[in-house]
Amino acid sequence: MNTTESTAFAGPNWTRTQDDYHLITGAGHRAQAAGLVNATWYKCTVPRARMKQLMQREDAQAIRDTVLWYALILAAGAVLVATWGTGWAWLAFFVYATLYTGPADSRWHESGHGTAFKTRWMNDLLYQVASFQVLRRPSVWKWSHARHHTDTLVTGRDPEVAVPLPTDLLGTFLNLFSIKSGPRELWRVLCNAFGVLGEEEKTFVPEMEWPQMVKEARIWVAIYAVLIASAIYFGSWLPLVLFGLLPVMGGTWLYTFFGLTQHAGLPENVLDHRKNCRTVKMNPVFRFLYWNMNYHVEHHMFPMVPFHALPELHETIKDDCPPAYPSTTAAYREIIPALLKQVKDPHFYVVRQMPVAAA
Amino acid sequence: MTAWTDVCALDDIDDEDVMRFDFNNHTYAVYRYQNKVYATDGLCTHEHVHLADGLVMEHVVECPKHNGRFDIRDGRALGAPVCVNLKTYPAKIEGGQVLVQLG
Repeated sequence: MNTTESTAFAGPNWTRTQDDYHLITGAGHRAQAAGLVNATWYKCTVPRARMKQLMQREDAQAIRDTVLWYALILAAGAVLVATWGTGWAWLAFFVYATLYTGPADSRWHESGHGTAFKTRWMNDLLYQVASFQVLRRPSVWKWSHARHHTDTLVTGRDPEVAVPLPTDLLGTFLNLFSIKSGPRELWRVLCNAFGVLGEEEKTFVPEMEWPQMVKEARIWVAIYAVLIASAIYFGSWLPLVLFGLLPVMGGTWLYTFFGLTQHAGLPENVLDHRKNCRTVKMNPVFRFLYWNMNYHVEHHMFPMVPFHALPELHETIKDDCPPAYPSTTAAYREIIPALLKQVKDPHFYVVRQMPVAAA
Repeated sequence: MTAWTDVCALDDIDDEDVMRFDFNNHTYAVYRYQNKVYATDGLCTHEHVHLADGLVMEHVVECPKHNGRFDIRDGRALGAPVCVNLKTYPAKIEGGQVLVQLG
């Protein structure tokens, strides 16, 4: 097992650029040649009986959390409407947008895996709604995420690398507010609605799913048309402030804050999730908002374990993993210097302390 | 007529579970649910992961890699990220043994 970035991938004369991350013209061929594509990854040993316990699904926790989440969104939305036209509306919008989009990322994620609820239609419904709230086209991102799990942080293969190297600090900052990514995704929705699909997307979405992409995009365009028409009819920005791109721009910061802890600064092109994922101990509020995705090593190694069982899975395999970060602050004490260093040195990465037996 | 192959004792598979069975350079998945048995190809049609490492929930098996789901009775792919059906094989219980008609 590699302890550093695969030397078969990163030859002596290779300098990483952001172009390497393109799925068609990037470094995917190097990954293929190095045996990193659809490869076998390290897995901690968990007895089958224990794994079956951990994989069991249930509806109760996800229903409770989902009801609570939408109740919070509703309450924050009511305050926003009530304060509209006053100076307090800015603060109300910030809270509303944070609740509307921030947790939608983890809900999109967990329901996309089909592990949030035991009942399938509940997963499917939450996936569609949360996809809208986080501004990700449902079918495209479902397949994109499957690729992310197959080739996690493999350069030129993983479409979900949060911080391509060398670090683009301005771009990373702008994406805290979806300033680049939001309008770009909406433009792609519009293209899909007209039947135009991205060439990179076609590399990971099977052709038989393309009509579904178009159908979903047309539904989204219809929803946005209704929002715009409502804003014009009522002579108010409120419909557009409550739904669509604007709350996404206001709330993206939260899931980016959580999401950067997953992989940022860790090595690409290794076949061991203990080396390219972080497990971070978070407080109960963060864990509610993030649905336990802070147990990210565990999630990547065993994606069929639902969010509510990840703390137990962590206890089961922790002796075969690097130590968990004791807090989000501790994780950022590592991430921020690493990202800054990667501005000038795109080959730098953080090396995780492996357990003695696994080193 | 393809012969029936003795795969294992029924008790070797827990209820609502799956077991891997390799035979003639081919890998199969054999399932038990409510004292009926089913057999399919052993690898997920998405990215060739062994389904025997996955989870059986009633008549559905979930792939351990990407959570793709198949109906074990007819091999139907139940949605993204799987869209190609699994091949199924006739299976039965006889004298406490699981028999599968492997193609």
